[in-house]
Amino acid sequence: MDHYSLLREFADSWFLLLMFSFFLGLVVWVFRPGASSHQEEAAEIPFRHEDKPACEPAPAAFANDVKEARQ
Amino acid sequence: MWDFVKLAVLGVVAVLAAYAANQAHDLAYLVHALIFMAAAGIAFLYTLRNFGEERVVETGYMDKVIRYGVIATVFWGLIGFFMGVFIASQLAFPWLNFEWAQGYLNFGRLRPLHTSAVIFAFGGSALIATSFYVVQRTSAARLWGGNLAWFVFWGYQLFIVLAATGYVLGATQSKEYAEPEWYTDLWLTIVWVAYLAVFMGTLYNRKEKHIYVANWFYLSFIVTIAMLHIINNLAIPVSIFGSKSVQLFSGVQDAMTQWWYGHNAVGFFLTAGFLGMMYYFVPKQAERPVYSYKLSIIHFWALIFLYIWAGPHHLHYTALPDWASTLGMVFSIMLWMPSWGGMINGLMTLSGAWDKLRTDPIIRMMVVSVAFYGMSTFEGPMMSIRAVNSLSHYTDWTIGHVHSGALGWNGMITFGALYFLVPKLWKRERLYSLSLVSLHFWLATIGIVLYASSMWVSGIMEGLMWREVDAQGFLVNSFADVVAAKWPMNVARATGGLFYLTGAVVMAYNLWMTVKRSPAAAEAPAAAPAE
Repeated sequence: MDHYSLLREFADSWFLLLMFSFFLGLVVWVFRPGASSHQEEAAEIPFRHEDKPACEPAPAAFANDVKEARQ
Repeated sequence: MWDFVKLAVLGVVAVLAAYAANQAHDLAYLVHALIFMAAAGIAFLYTLRNFGEERVVETGYMDKVIRYGVIATVFWGLIGFFMGVFIASQLAFPWLNFEWAQGYLNFGRLRPLHTSAVIFAFGGSALIATSFYVVQRTSAARLWGGNLAWFVFWGYQLFIVLAATGYVLGATQSKEYAEPEWYTDLWLTIVWVAYLAVFMGTLYNRKEKHIYVANWFYLSFIVTIAMLHIINNLAIPVSIFGSKSVQLFSGVQDAMTQWWYGHNAVGFFLTAGFLGMMYYFVPKQAERPVYSYKLSIIHFWALIFLYIWAGPHHLHYTALPDWASTLGMVFSIMLWMPSWGGMINGLMTLSGAWDKLRTDPIIRMMVVSVAFYGMSTFEGPMMSIRAVNSLSHYTDWTIGHVHSGALGWNGMITFGALYFLVPKLWKRERLYSLSLVSLHFWLATIGIVLYASSMWVSGIMEGLMWREVDAQGFLVNSFADVVAAKWPMNVARATGGLFYLTGAVVMAYNLWMTVKRSPAAAEAPAAAPAE
């Protein structure tokens, strides 16, 4: 088979399937249980660091404090 | 050490450009070599004057380059809108193609100047400026790469100047939205890679765990434009000392590559990039998070997966195989879904805050912009249907469609973003005048309505007149009859453009006065009392 026909056949069979399942997988991933809290958190990103960059990532101990404080 | 390298490189570039100018085969190449030489010379002098200066490591957000970007956006907007009004007037009043400027300032030379000035100069500067602003704020990190961001800004401005002068002097590849010749394309490639590096580097340094959705859109815009630009501009220069080049592809392959590029320039430059703006500035101005973050993720991926296939709808009834044009049509129709998903997401961000529409003209501008996004992404798929296309193609309807997207969606969201940005970037308490924003809003909206409706009437009339046959099967109208019948619509179109341009002048004045007259913002915002 010549190059074109080979690529063409691959494109409208396996690669199409691959892309389509990637997309479906993505939709499932978006609606996975427990995703909502992450997404709501992400939606708040624009309202956090308006004026200056965040300082270095919080050390682990501090992160634990925050977690505890939240509970 | 680094300064020595810079000086050496800039010096060599300036000398090479001077040599190229001396060897130039044509006027456009000569002028461009001189522009390159001047740019390298200015950069050389600037580096020399700041030689060996102590470098302060800055830690805040890098905003100066964004301020320059905002100024460039307003400047190119005014130029681009003016060119539009002028060439629309040339269509209505042909004597405006001045005899003394034939071959330089006639419609054919100025049309690409207008399209590139609004899309690449106005839109591109806006995208670069806002993407730098958004990526820093949503990553909580300073722009990566130090002065590389400045190189991106000035390099892109140099590209615009090269492209614009090239059109007037006749250096063109004759490819829609990809007119610049080979060396201008190479230069843009270098600038674009630097842009990608700055953007990716900042994302890499981010302090937020998640990459905010606006950055996904900006990133897809940068990556896809790089790919489109390189593949559509594969060309062999006839001489290294001349502006003429020959395309690598020929015939229908070339046409297909061009419209794959052309439609994705709309899809990724004018849509994905500007959606990045929407996903940041609409929530900011409305002071509430985006309506549905789930929808925004699906919007992104669906848009990416579908847009890239829609190009063949520009080539219905041509030598392109039927299957390819059917494919383009089907994917264009499927694009309805993500486009409207995105529109709903943008509009519904205001749910619970609709009263702001009454009080805040900036939000009004953004909402009208998103509404125009919805309208033009409804119209586009409809026009991609082969039967509709047989009426609409080659007529003013297409031009009306492009302008409802460009003036309505891209223009209005950019104006909204500029009104948001200027007080923030220059640390002003507020805009100089909200009633001037309101005036701008109405001037622009009335301008768009005049423009789009006259182009619908004109386009459908053209389509019907061109296909009208008498009982014997002969065409009824000559081409000149159609041109004559379009006159009132051409005048209405130029008037609409004039309204839009006037609105932009009002905006420029308002932003200028904001910087000059508006009271400075308080240093630290006063703590709000607990309620």
